[in-house]
Amino acid sequence: MNGIHDLGGMEGVGEIEVEADEPVFHAEWEKRVFGLFFGLAPHGFFNLDEFRHGIERMGAAAYLNTSYYEHWLGSFERLLTECGAISAEELEQRCREIAKGAK
Amino acid sequence: MGSAHNRPLSDPEIRVKALESLLVDKGLIDPKALDELVDIYETKVGPHNGAQVVARAWTDPAYKQRLLEDGTAAIAELGFSGMQGEDMVVVENTAEVHNMLVCTLCSCYPWPTLGLPPVWYKAAPYRSRAVSDPRGVLKEFGVEISDDKEVRVWDSTAEVRYMVLPERPAGTGNLSEEELAALVTRDSMIGVALVSAPK
Repeated sequence: MNGIHDLGGMEGVGEIEVEADEPVFHAEWEKRVFGLFFGLAPHGFFNLDEFRHGIERMGAAAYLNTSYYEHWLGSFERLLTECGAISAEELEQRCREIAKGAK
Repeated sequence: MGSAHNRPLSDPEIRVKALESLLVDKGLIDPKALDELVDIYETKVGPHNGAQVVARAWTDPAYKQRLLEDGTAAIAELGFSGMQGEDMVVVENTAEVHNMLVCTLCSCYPWPTLGLPPVWYKAAPYRSRAVSDPRGVLKEFGVEISDDKEVRVWDSTAEVRYMVLPERPAGTGNLSEEELAALVTRDSMIGVALVSAPK
């Protein structure tokens, strides 16, 4: 499928930025996202190809303007709500509670 | 998580916390199991694994032959296998050919030997230009490849993961396998650096 993820040869997407002594993760939340992949894998809600396709279905602007682990997180949210493992409403509700510091 | 209450949580912080707590409530995930996996990839798996493979190939011609013929099996001989390394192809740098890796479609990378990829490998600028201007990209990484040397760019697929076997630097004939492994960098196994002899 053609999409923004197909970046080979694209021009004008900026300079390569190399970070010296880069850590494996840049924030605690990145670790949680990474770990969730393994936590979710045994349940069979999605396979690796579906996970990747979940990222490839992102809009172009969002894809280019968000980080790697935000791509992962977005794909989890999309796939888990699509297969009914969680509902979008309960996820939004939980986000609001956490933002308010209630959870 | 949860320790930074003196500043508002960022959007991804809120969302991952919400998702994880919801999945925990439903009994679908165990946060401790997540911690263990994160620890493995943060502290145990990394380019020091791939460096051992390279050093063995430099010192054991029979191993090198097996490595180039069946990368997955030869790498597993040293105890490295698993996710994102199920189908490994090792490409050898020589006097005539320089190899470099990219994943234009996402971020495919040989986890068991190199660990998790750096941000630049996953970001749009490298992924777009590694295939259209590999020599220019190499120059930015400080690697000048002469015009008479071929540059091969290997674009990972969903299944196949590549790893570069860099050239052994001259003047290292008296080094042990362990000392050689210490010279091998992550970037040299991606193919955006050369291995240098100790000064």
